[in-house]
Amino acid sequence: MVFTLALRNLLHDRVRLAVTLIGILFSIVLVAVQLGLYLGSSEMITANIARSNADLFITTYGAKSFEDGGILLSDRERHQALATPGVEAVVPLVVAFAEWRKPSGGSSRVVLIGADADDHGLVPWSLTQGTLDDIKAPDAIAVDRTYLNELGVKGIGDTAQVAEGRVKIRALTEGIRSFTQSPYAYTTLNRARQLLGVGDDKSTFLLVKLAPGANVAKVQKDLAKRLDSADVLTKQQFENRSLTQWLFRTGAGLALIGGAILGSLVGTVIVAQTLYSSTKDHIHEFATLRALGSSKAYIHKVILAQAGLSAVMGYILGMTIAMIILYASKNSSLPLVMTPGLAFWLFALTLFMCAISALSAIVKVTKIDPATVFAR
Amino acid sequence: MTNSPVLHADNIVKELGSGAGLVVAVKGASLDLVPGELTLLMGPSGSGKTTLLSILGCIMKPTSGSLFIADEKIDGLSAESLAKVRRDHIGFIFQSYNLFPTLNALENVRIALDVRGVKGFAATSRSEEVLREVGLGHRLTSYPGNLSGGEQQRVAVARAIASSPSIVLADEPTAALDSENGHAVMSLLSRIAKEQNRSVLAVTHDPRTLGYADRVVRIEDGKIVGEERRPEGINAPEITDLTKRRKLHA
Repeated sequence: MVFTLALRNLLHDRVRLAVTLIGILFSIVLVAVQLGLYLGSSEMITANIARSNADLFITTYGAKSFEDGGILLSDRERHQALATPGVEAVVPLVVAFAEWRKPSGGSSRVVLIGADADDHGLVPWSLTQGTLDDIKAPDAIAVDRTYLNELGVKGIGDTAQVAEGRVKIRALTEGIRSFTQSPYAYTTLNRARQLLGVGDDKSTFLLVKLAPGANVAKVQKDLAKRLDSADVLTKQQFENRSLTQWLFRTGAGLALIGGAILGSLVGTVIVAQTLYSSTKDHIHEFATLRALGSSKAYIHKVILAQAGLSAVMGYILGMTIAMIILYASKNSSLPLVMTPGLAFWLFALTLFMCAISALSAIVKVTKIDPATVFAR
Repeated sequence: MTNSPVLHADNIVKELGSGAGLVVAVKGASLDLVPGELTLLMGPSGSGKTTLLSILGCIMKPTSGSLFIADEKIDGLSAESLAKVRRDHIGFIFQSYNLFPTLNALENVRIALDVRGVKGFAATSRSEEVLREVGLGHRLTSYPGNLSGGEQQRVAVARAIASSPSIVLADEPTAALDSENGHAVMSLLSRIAKEQNRSVLAVTHDPRTLGYADRVVRIEDGKIVGEERRPEGINAPEITDLTKRRKLHA
């Protein structure tokens, strides 16, 4: 009967129910979009690090992110690393911003990534046209399909100028987005060095692959001792550092998280307001229940059930709209991400939000004097 | 046959307000309710009858005096303990019926069982049973808005007796009803008292109800000023004549 009464109370005033559901819906959509953007951004920021085949990253000292390494490491550091016990392989990687001059005029910026596929360090992971072998060609470059317009090219075979040399698009990827909005452009290690005009032994990162059974922490410590002008980071540490740089030092992540918190607060206030006014409208019924001998807990259950039902209905509606927005953002340069974990936490947040909202109504009914049943 | 009282109130006093606004609504009322009797508590407006009913129904706490229900001392109990006493022993009927507009007749009765922990099939079948008892077997799924005043009050009666309480308290049960429905409800309350051996106390100032009373308690200005009892062997409708030759007891 608790759920029956709660549901009937909700359905009794359809306008108020609609306001409640719209409040929850907007809140869920806002939080889902903000957190979806946060997850999407995080994925973009860490994608290249996460996909690299490395146990440890050697970066120039103080490198803040994947795009901010400089090209300062040399064969000296590489050999020092190779000489460290427990290290099996050290793969150089060049990463730098470069100017991309469009064939039709004008320019934009790309993040040029130079790595050799045969080194198994980092390769573009979602080729939809062309192969890794195609990227080995002297002038070859691979870019993501999403950015073709921005780069002023149509597809495979088109040429452009990157920094100091000409390149031809030989492969296309799908879904490798850049948080900086400067598209990633993949080429070979030496071609990247030539385009950027740096020496043959220079690199931005050294990807360290450990020998089987080697202790990661110990090797990391040994490498750090040997390479005093470099940072030695695990993948996770480098991912965290990149996330901190782009999401928190720039304020973007705080804005997204702030938006999510604001969305929750707005939803909570709207639901609290409507639940409170619903409780006020049904106060004589709650007083009757009390006069009939119901415990306070029973009445609290009715109010919490109203809040819970509102949460479930609002969540379903909100998630439906959030999924539509998510689908619409699929091919954009900043796609939203929804994971089962996020969907679960959003549901938990909705329930929590509605439970908190029910507090003012619960306080109201707690003060009910059952004697008011005789006053009607 | 003398029944022992299921409710015993002794020297109940109730003060309302404070300071200059202090009003003594009930001034030392004592009363027993025994099973099998329909008692009317009659008095003019403002005489304290509803306040006394609230105290007897464990809804309001007396300022002083003692109240026993089923031999349990009630004074001093917490609000939650009083609610338990109401659940275990008391059924209420209100002047404005106080039905839940969003629940149908069956659900209105079921909820009174639900708060007492009776659920599922047992609650549904008991609710149907009492609604049939009050002549509403054909209106189980009707909502209060679609029921007449008399039907609504009969749903309220069914709700009050569904949990088989030993005491049924009714506040002006006929005030909102026409003559025919008023008699039907009083007849029902009388039957509940007699056939189900319950104590029924109805607060009223409706003279039409007198014919159904086994006992009439008069209250004026917060004091019980008299009590009259129907003599053995006189059927219910004849008691109305007794009002003309009532014997008041100080």
